[in-house]
Amino acid sequence: MGYVETRNLHKHFGDVRAVDGVNLDVSEGELLVLLGPSGCGKTTLMRMIAGLEAPTAGEIYIAGQRVDEGVPPRARGIAMVFQSYALYPHKTAYRNIAFPLEAAGQPPAMVKERVSGGARMFGLERLLARFPRQLSGGERQRVALARAVVRDPKVFLFDEPLSNLDAQLRAIARYELKEFQRQIGTTTVYVTHDQVEAMGLGDRIAVMEKGKVRQIGTPQDVYENPADTFVATFLGSPPMNLVEHDEATLFGFRPEHLLPRVAFPAEAPVLPYHLRVRQVEHLGASRLIYGYLEEETRSDQPVIADLPVTIPLPIAEQQVYEFAVPRRAMRYFDRRTGLRRDGAA
Amino acid sequence: MALPKGVQAVAPAVPAVFTRATLADREAALGRLLLAPAALYVVVLVGIPFVLAILLSFSGARSGSLAFDWVGLRHFRAIIADPQFLLTLRNTLIFTVASQVLVMILATTAANILEAAFVGKRAVRMLLLLPWAVPVSLATMAWAWIFDSTFSVINWTLRALGIFQGWIYWLGDPELAMLAIIIIHVWRMFPFATVILLAGMTAIPLEIREAAVIDGASFWRRLFQVNLPLLLPVVTVAVLFGVVFTSTDLSVVYLLTRGGPYNSTHVLSSLAFQRGILGGDLGEGAAIALFLLPVLVFAAILLLRMARRAEVGG
Repeated sequence: MGYVETRNLHKHFGDVRAVDGVNLDVSEGELLVLLGPSGCGKTTLMRMIAGLEAPTAGEIYIAGQRVDEGVPPRARGIAMVFQSYALYPHKTAYRNIAFPLEAAGQPPAMVKERVSGGARMFGLERLLARFPRQLSGGERQRVALARAVVRDPKVFLFDEPLSNLDAQLRAIARYELKEFQRQIGTTTVYVTHDQVEAMGLGDRIAVMEKGKVRQIGTPQDVYENPADTFVATFLGSPPMNLVEHDEATLFGFRPEHLLPRVAFPAEAPVLPYHLRVRQVEHLGASRLIYGYLEEETRSDQPVIADLPVTIPLPIAEQQVYEFAVPRRAMRYFDRRTGLRRDGAA
Repeated sequence: MALPKGVQAVAPAVPAVFTRATLADREAALGRLLLAPAALYVVVLVGIPFVLAILLSFSGARSGSLAFDWVGLRHFRAIIADPQFLLTLRNTLIFTVASQVLVMILATTAANILEAAFVGKRAVRMLLLLPWAVPVSLATMAWAWIFDSTFSVINWTLRALGIFQGWIYWLGDPELAMLAIIIIHVWRMFPFATVILLAGMTAIPLEIREAAVIDGASFWRRLFQVNLPLLLPVVTVAVLFGVVFTSTDLSVVYLLTRGGPYNSTHVLSSLAFQRGILGGDLGEGAAIALFLLPVLVFAAILLLRMARRAEVGG
């Protein structure tokens, strides 16, 4: 049994099935990312685990105890970091971090010790007397993390905690978050719509759409072997190319696998394509080639190729080039259901 | 720019009327124009009567005469020595403090209840606002019957429930009459305070309130350590309005008891009205009415400063 588990969990708002039968199984110490577009139900799912929403149906277990009925948030052993950090604006950093400890009725000496411990962990010692408005975005985030960690919770719930940081800071914060989670080894559920964050942070990723989990797996697994066309196109930037092969089958390949034929050894097993180039974007480390596959029967299937600068071949717009996709990189999807199949047939 | 020979500048095809600066483009002039009605209102209908009232309190002016003789602090000396005035001052303070405390407790409770989602919430909100919307004269007439010496509904109910068998003469006893006045005024004022508090509560970010739930704070800890401190600026405004409206209120006292029994329930404004308008002594009336002005101004400054400090979180 998982450390955090949901069984056939539902949340309906009227006719809308925000969460529609989700089974999750998070192991102890694992960091599971819930990834999906806005409105996919990932935040509602997390709020049900936290106890801020009551499920319409289904069960939730934390550390083996059923919590969905009659266990209020404070008794679930969870700590949550909100998107806005939700610091108390009228309390200093110190009082913010101390708040959950005081609420739990800890003796003052213990509160003091734990707050200084948390402050040390996040390098906040000199900021404890400041109010949230006197702190930078990154500092606020660290206060929110310290407030979550001092209670020694069983489970961390993170609701897009990095989305309010600017892009430069985000990469560093992501690294620090991962370091910190590994160090203290607390089971974590992390909600985000940012696939880079999900790929970088998650031990596993649960990709959600329309209230359902489409696929759960390691970042590598969901990226390389997407369970269906939704996962295939939601993950990856630019997304996986999907082209019609025949009545029943879609071929899928990542832009970085669609390369000029000359980039492969002559004997390599590849599927050749003619690519009519419409536009070239130079992105520094790579070139994005937007174009259409030229076949005898049709030439209206748009694809994107992602060429690293290590392939310096000149490419001109409006010209047709020989490209190819390695066979091992090709994925096959059922046109009707969108589900991945093992072979082309 | 110099144009080559033979090339003519082509005039833009926009009529001159569109390119001329109009009043709407001259922000300084427009601003003054738009502010003028408000400024006029403040000066003519607030400023002048206010200055006039201050002047009156230092004069021996009486109604029915145009004489305006300067008497200095005579009225103020006279009223301070007047036991009726001192009783009235005490009444005003009790009336203001007691009703404001009750209003804030009731309004906080009502706002917390109305904030929760339940069936019929809109209807309850509407009903709650009624006391504030009903004309005070109508409401006080209804209350006068409720507190009537012969037909009091309260007495009848107490008796029917077997709680109290005696008969309470609400408006015949000075203390009970004051209590009745406070009850009516609280009933009138708390819907307004509730609305202000509700608005303030919806302005507290939901995530902060949820964070307090997740952090394990009990209802009372959330109320006193999170919600109320964040509401403080709004509460201050509500209290300030309440104090001003209450300490200057004439209607309930005048309509319910006319200051009786034996002038025991007068507040400053009703006494000022009795002496200044009914009694004709404009100077003394003005002195009584203005007596609390310095206190109110001081309280207002103090409260507003507190609210500002709470906002900056310092």
